[in-house]
Amino acid sequence: MLYRENGQFKSTYRADQQVLPIRQDRWFMAAVLVFAFAVVPFIGTQYTFQAILIPFLIYSLAAIGVNLLVGYCGQISLGSAAFMAVGAYAAYNFAVRVPQLNFLVILVLAGLAAAAVGILFGTPSLRIKGLYLAVATLAAQFFLDWTFARVKWFSNYSPSGAVSTTPVSMFGFTFETPAEKYLFVLSVVVVMTLVAKNLVRSHVGRAWMAIRDMDVAAKVIGIRPVHAKLTAFAVSSFFLGIAGALWGFVHLGSWEPAAFNLSQSLRLLFMVIIGGMGSILGSFFGAAFIWLTPLFLNQVPAALGVQLSTATISHIELMIFGSLIVFFLIAEPHGLARLWAIGKEKLRLWPFPH
Amino acid sequence: MNKKNLPVIVLLAALAIGTLLPLLEKSTQPGFYVEVVLGGLMSGVLYSLVAMGFALIFKASGVFNFAQGAMVLFAALCIARIAEHVPLWAALGATLVIMTAFAWLIERVVLRPLVNQEGIVLFMATLGVAFFLDGFGQTVWGSDIYTIDLGLAKEPMLILENVFAGGILVNRDDLVAAALAALLLLALALFFQKTATGRALRAVADDHQAAQSVGIPLNRIWVIVWAVAGVVAMVAGTVWGAKLGVQFSLQDVALKALPVVILGGLTSVPGAIVGGLIVGLGEKIAEVFLSPILVKTFDLAGGGIENWFAYVLALLFLLVRPEGLFGERHIDRV
Repeated sequence: MLYRENGQFKSTYRADQQVLPIRQDRWFMAAVLVFAFAVVPFIGTQYTFQAILIPFLIYSLAAIGVNLLVGYCGQISLGSAAFMAVGAYAAYNFAVRVPQLNFLVILVLAGLAAAAVGILFGTPSLRIKGLYLAVATLAAQFFLDWTFARVKWFSNYSPSGAVSTTPVSMFGFTFETPAEKYLFVLSVVVVMTLVAKNLVRSHVGRAWMAIRDMDVAAKVIGIRPVHAKLTAFAVSSFFLGIAGALWGFVHLGSWEPAAFNLSQSLRLLFMVIIGGMGSILGSFFGAAFIWLTPLFLNQVPAALGVQLSTATISHIELMIFGSLIVFFLIAEPHGLARLWAIGKEKLRLWPFPH
Repeated sequence: MNKKNLPVIVLLAALAIGTLLPLLEKSTQPGFYVEVVLGGLMSGVLYSLVAMGFALIFKASGVFNFAQGAMVLFAALCIARIAEHVPLWAALGATLVIMTAFAWLIERVVLRPLVNQEGIVLFMATLGVAFFLDGFGQTVWGSDIYTIDLGLAKEPMLILENVFAGGILVNRDDLVAAALAALLLLALALFFQKTATGRALRAVADDHQAAQSVGIPLNRIWVIVWAVAGVVAMVAGTVWGAKLGVQFSLQDVALKALPVVILGGLTSVPGAIVGGLIVGLGEKIAEVFLSPILVKTFDLAGGGIENWFAYVLALLFLLVRPEGLFGERHIDRV
């Protein structure tokens, strides 16, 4: 009843091209944003910020990055975490070597560094595709893992190979409490999401989707595959680089090279599959699902009075993720985002069946 | 000679020269060098064992099976844990039954609903299967380190003492592994060439539709292929488990079968063997002789280039010859 677009006429092209063309959606989004910015910082506890919200937001950003490449451009990547690592280590090195730098500048530089490496490892995609590319991106994963672990310069000659970061500060202000950090991450994620959403609606995103759907046809209608694929790798890595820098500086604080290993890459890929390939909203759903399920699983057996070891829980988690991947690929290839869209469609027509 | 082959030849020649270079170094003991080469070839055999499973499944069903490594681990876990209660041959038999049941389940639950989907979707489905199998195996069998005892003497043998100073150390289980791999290859070759089922498998590999139209039941063929891949995984699991112990990290090593099949050609079983040997030999030589040089020149925190050597090699191969050494030439280029 409430969710109906009757009477909402669009009389200008501007109005027709809005990100959220339906008024109720705009209200809903505004309410979510107000809640996230103005209410959550006051009601959240330290645990919710540090263990749930901040990682969820950063993962969402990373999942958007992966989604741009995998979901929109159709280039599979098993090396996403390596690009996060590039962002994290780039940010660390900029912060250590140029201490007076504003953290926002550091973030952008980290993203650019990741984008450069992304283009480098994206070049094989010009000749090969699909499964072959998966192996090529695995090469990126293992090679970069090794580079950050072994080349001492990257970890600033720290004896253990682990790095610890300086506090995040900009314009003379230092983010210290979890709520402040949360607000910072939230702002970055909101801005980046808007960028991504508009990017995929523009000619760039349409070129990616054309390449994904049929590369030969795309070339025939005048899309340059080389350009489209490399921009997809660059933009995707840029997002991943920023997510990596945030992950290192805001969430972890100090990390070892193993923080960005292959299982992290696979986890990002799962977020995209479960959340919905080719959907920005789906990236958030996927990140929430993959991040919250283990937390949930840790609570449930204890609540039911069953004692399970952490090892057993992590194995059950693997089983659940594995079967869910297969389930989603079979039952709903467009993931949670598609379920959300179906729900909206039903709501629009309710109470009538058609 | 075809001009297209030139980059491949250059790459292979560079590899061969790189392999022989350490011999020019005066400080290299010939005996030690031969040991390194043998060790590399042996681990190459292990990679080949996993890669054969990949190639089999890809050939017959076009599925790029990420779960092959998980299958190896699962089979090894089954053998190790069942063998604690019954003799080894019974454990092997039981695992055979389990792997066949697993193949049937995969076909029913995963492949059949996804038939006709793009390769990439099937690949991601096998990712899910791999995760499931990892979790399942460790929930059922536990996640400690287990051993498979093949009943072989552990101490290495000393051979060729009169040729090289000090002789060469060879592990007995390595020899058994090599023999097993050769045996398996022979058995697979016989199976594919001489039996009706094998012929049907090859027909399916060549052309799904044509095979179906002459009355080959695709579904049953897929079960058989996955079961055969399960048996290959079992052999690999046995050999690996005996050599390295059954543990989760087997998976990382099994992942190296991916570059191996890229190198050898995705559809070629002999290619898997050759690719495995090249990767095994190359990375061992690189680790032993190239790593120290790199560490010294660039002041690294340690060697370990064997972690990525195989992948970067596969990457180079993808650039010059995407279909691999023995793969079919058909490939989608963009």
